[in-house]
Amino acid sequence: MDRIIACAVLALMFAVSAAAPWLAPAGYAKQYREAIDEPPSRTHWLGTDEVGRDRFARVLYGTRISLLLAPAAALFSTLMAAIVGGLAGYAGGAWARIAMAVTDLFMSLPWLFLLITVRALMPLNVPPFLSVLVTFLLLGLLGWTTAARVLCASASSLRSADFVRQARASGIRGRRLFWVHVAPNLKPVLYAQFWISIPVFILSEANLGILGLGVSEPMPSWGSLLKELEGLVSVGAEPWKFVPLVLLVVVVTSFQLLLSRQEELPA
Amino acid sequence: MQKLRWKIAGHGLALLATLLLGGLLSATLVRLAPGFDSDERELDPHLNAQSVQALREARRRDDNIFRFYLSYMRRAARGDMGTSVALGQPVRTLLRERIPLTLRLLGTGLALAWVLASTLSLTAAWLRLSIYDTVTTFASATLLCLPAAVLALLSILWNVPGSIAMALIVFPHTYRYARNLLGKAYSRPHIIAARARGLGEARILFWHVVPVAAPQLLALAGVSVSMAIGASIPVEALCGLPGVGQLAWQAALARDLPLLVNITILVTLVTLLANSSADVIGHILRRQES
Repeated sequence: MDRIIACAVLALMFAVSAAAPWLAPAGYAKQYREAIDEPPSRTHWLGTDEVGRDRFARVLYGTRISLLLAPAAALFSTLMAAIVGGLAGYAGGAWARIAMAVTDLFMSLPWLFLLITVRALMPLNVPPFLSVLVTFLLLGLLGWTTAARVLCASASSLRSADFVRQARASGIRGRRLFWVHVAPNLKPVLYAQFWISIPVFILSEANLGILGLGVSEPMPSWGSLLKELEGLVSVGAEPWKFVPLVLLVVVVTSFQLLLSRQEELPA
Repeated sequence: MQKLRWKIAGHGLALLATLLLGGLLSATLVRLAPGFDSDERELDPHLNAQSVQALREARRRDDNIFRFYLSYMRRAARGDMGTSVALGQPVRTLLRERIPLTLRLLGTGLALAWVLASTLSLTAAWLRLSIYDTVTTFASATLLCLPAAVLALLSILWNVPGSIAMALIVFPHTYRYARNLLGKAYSRPHIIAARARGLGEARILFWHVVPVAAPQLLALAGVSVSMAIGASIPVEALCGLPGVGQLAWQAALARDLPLLVNITILVTLVTLLANSSADVIGHILRRQES
């Protein structure tokens, strides 16, 4: 039941955010100079921000960016993990030790520290669209380590599995052995790692955005939208500013629910 | 005993390797950073042509990458971590000023998180009431879905100290694992046997459950230090606490690479030290148990 609800919520969120150009045809960057920092009204359902942009439009477009790019980054990081971890585990010996030493080095650094250090190496004043790509590419490039460790362990245990030994005894070796017998058995681990990465990346983007190291203005994302909470005086004063946070919590919870079900699936 | 010595030696080697690798990496980053080849002292009108030439000569010596690495590591070994580009102060001074606050924040936040997580997980394991389990799991899952920076912002809104925000960031991770570990330990056959023989719940918990879960809980404690260090960036940056996390954030915004890489190495060392200590103590506990 929870899985159905989670799927329905995510499908609804994807559908609504995909319909952003129709639901908010004026776009996320249009300024209404006569309505600066307005509360919700008939024309602006969630009010306007401090430069007069429609908050509803920004939330829709921001949701679209976060919901499309977090899975894309997760896919990228899972593929990297599959290549590094899967092949290292399958090859074993010195290769596995070197790959895991590199992974350990990455993992010894707290995730947010690693993110901001590498983000700082790149120029901060980049065009908005490029900043979106940089942010999510960075998440994908740095977020593969945990998955690589899990995949290395799985591939390593598969190497000594009976059916792989039998295949090897039958003369199947090298690439064919990996692609036909080992890789298909890594699929459940890959799926699980993919689902685990999505909420992690959504939350990381939000953290980077609030700290001013994420997606650049005027492009909205959940991180940049949540930055508005910084100026709040009290929680009850402008509750509509919490809408991006509520959406984020709902989406992350839905992914967590899907993940808990994924973990229950037989490997 | 021999195994323990090997373990400690292995961790020591890993720490040393990380320090060397981190040093090399940071030296590379500083070298690649924009403005590495320029020196604003050359603009000083008080310097004559010979002095400017001497400055250039000194910089030219760094053109040789191996000599540059060697001198960088030599300076680092003496505790000279360079000068912050953005703040114009020695990195060492900046870190010395800010480390105490970060340590206090980490200490208080971690202590609060662990007290809360262990109290809730122990009572959950003890009571074994599904409603209690549901409520605590829901609370920790909700906190898990909130970005660390949002928790820091909410702590400002509700006027609570940053250490509470830190505790709420670390708590859901620790609670989730501690609850599972204690739950698993409770379902072991020797616990059922102990209960059948009429042992009290408190005795079962502290004599038979906690010792079984202790090595893994220690490993979790090591990981929680890493989580707390990561959380120190948003908490200090947004709550206006002048610690190492805020310094790292300022360095990132100003692209102050010498400062940022030194903080990164320091953080990596602290994290590795915490994890290694947890591993070694866990190993000793496991030996005693067996």
